[in-house]
Amino acid sequence: MPLVLITRDGHRPLPTTLVSGQELVALDDVVSAFQVTVREDTLAGGVTVTYKGRSVVLSPEQPMASVNGRLVALPSPLVRSGRRWLVPVEFLSRGLAPIYDSKIELRKPSRLILVGDVRVPRVTARVEGAGPPTHVVLEVTPSAPVIATIEPTRVVVHIDADAIDVGGPTAGVGLVEHVRAGDQPRTVVVTLRPGVGPVRTTTAEADGSMRLTIDVGAAGGSPTVAAPAAAPPVGDIPFINRPTLQTIAIDPGHGGEDGGVRGAGDVLEKQITLDTARRLKSMIETRLGIRVVLTRDDDQPVALDARAAFANNSKADLFLSLHANAAFGPGIAGAEVFYLSVDSDIEKAREAAQADTSSLPVLGGGSRRVELLRWDMAQASHIDASATLATMLETSLRAQQVPMSDRPVQRAPLRVLVGANMPAALLEIGYLTSPDQVKQLATPEFQTSVAQAIFDAVLQFRGYLEQGQ
Amino acid sequence: MTRRWLKLGAVAGSVIALAFALTLGLERVMAPRTETDTQATTPPEDATVPHISATLFLATAEGDALVPVRMDVPLASSVAEQGREIIAAQLTAAQLPFVTPIPPGASLRAFYVTERGEGFIDLSAEAATAHPGGSTAEVLTVYSLVNAVTANLPSVTRVQLLIDGKEVDTLAGHVDLRRTLEKNDEIVQALPSP
Repeated sequence: MPLVLITRDGHRPLPTTLVSGQELVALDDVVSAFQVTVREDTLAGGVTVTYKGRSVVLSPEQPMASVNGRLVALPSPLVRSGRRWLVPVEFLSRGLAPIYDSKIELRKPSRLILVGDVRVPRVTARVEGAGPPTHVVLEVTPSAPVIATIEPTRVVVHIDADAIDVGGPTAGVGLVEHVRAGDQPRTVVVTLRPGVGPVRTTTAEADGSMRLTIDVGAAGGSPTVAAPAAAPPVGDIPFINRPTLQTIAIDPGHGGEDGGVRGAGDVLEKQITLDTARRLKSMIETRLGIRVVLTRDDDQPVALDARAAFANNSKADLFLSLHANAAFGPGIAGAEVFYLSVDSDIEKAREAAQADTSSLPVLGGGSRRVELLRWDMAQASHIDASATLATMLETSLRAQQVPMSDRPVQRAPLRVLVGANMPAALLEIGYLTSPDQVKQLATPEFQTSVAQAIFDAVLQFRGYLEQGQ
Repeated sequence: MTRRWLKLGAVAGSVIALAFALTLGLERVMAPRTETDTQATTPPEDATVPHISATLFLATAEGDALVPVRMDVPLASSVAEQGREIIAAQLTAAQLPFVTPIPPGASLRAFYVTERGEGFIDLSAEAATAHPGGSTAEVLTVYSLVNAVTANLPSVTRVQLLIDGKEVDTLAGHVDLRRTLEKNDEIVQALPSP
């Protein structure tokens, strides 16, 4: 199914190709859709995409793009297919958008790419009550005019916008069979069960959304009209429900020339952290279906700030940095979990973020308030969740019989955590300066136990986030 | 006449030195004596030089926390000079059964204080290159120095570590050194009172 490119001038399909589970788009199509130029660098083996003097450099070696000199993460590298170059569809929003002079927004679940100032409200639907009567509530955000046409077996709702963003169909209950996007552009169709009675519609506008309520009564009866702007009952299933944990960033500490702690027998921290991270990634992706990104997947150096930036750019919901510890004496062993300590500097940043909000325009009109926070203190607004995460990690590690030190949870101003704009923790899985642990940490069995403990903590943390929702 | 003036000058100097020592040491005189109260392994070269009793920080034998220890440090004529004496003592301090949290070979290049009460400790490259790594060891190294300065110089409330005169990200990949740090009591293990 192609993506649909929506501009003020109209719609056009943008074909995509699946390669190893990754959705890619041909640069040739990007050229014609966005009027960019593409130049192949045969010496470096990469490709440069240019738009009005601004450029993005892509490489087939790395899942990254250099956007005007700044690195952004992509889910996969540039791929050659015959004479064509293919890039992940995320390149459009992460790589092309920063150099383009119109806004580019990729709504992958909805198969939409929005370019420029187009009005594409999201439409969510709820079906309430087996009835009769059965109520259908359509919410259009940002608000846009709606016209409902009642037919014998369905209600067709037309929304006045450039396009609409509707998720997959939602199942009905009672007198409603289902709700789904219509065959005609900008329409939603509510399909009714055979033999239903009168149908009434009411609209109300509140909190920047247009709410259309459709009340379906039984044959021979009269539908009870729902209050137009009533709050949805607790327990309703939203039409689009974003999972609380979509992406996890795992950071294998050190790498390249920075070997980290060197234990007896030349056991290196950088290798232990990478091995453990790979085990954890595989475990989470295969068993939970959550996307896991690694800040490094081989023996390469990565700057501390780049690790947090990579997690931020990947829109990770959780950041875990893996390390192996060292002490000035050989007598200490066991794992420790760190989260960021808050001193008066960071506390001021947190207070400033709460006080310093700005109003930004949103697609389709209206505005929303956003908090402004220094990028290098992004973690300040996640400290409480990070502390909870650290405690859950400690509990899970103990449950997996991973030895813990006498100071299992600590706070410290750790550089790799400061810029992470999501709940984050750093886990020291044991001491390479301990004669008892140095061999243990390098074994697959120990690393699997650690990975299992983190996996359990992730599950527990997901529940914690869902409770918050 | 000249001899009389010399005597008067010596007396005045002693009074000023005594007053300065009292000012610096007041907090420590008033503070509860939970630290071990012993002398440094390298006693002062000249016993006639005035000293203050400073609180320095070593690591426990296991290396998982800091412990405060009392040691004599030469009295100096200014806050910055006194800071240099304290840091120099912190870098070389040793006392069994504790271990030093300072990487071998690390030395003090400079110490200065701003009017805002920020202290800057400029260390030699060995503080980073000879560091064993690990979050725990790095936390102890950094806060042994930050705490030594803030505990003994009440006018200094925040401290930043520099290496070879330059700001650095970290010593060994963990503790953020881009900004000044406050004292950290969470990692200090109080010793039982004697």
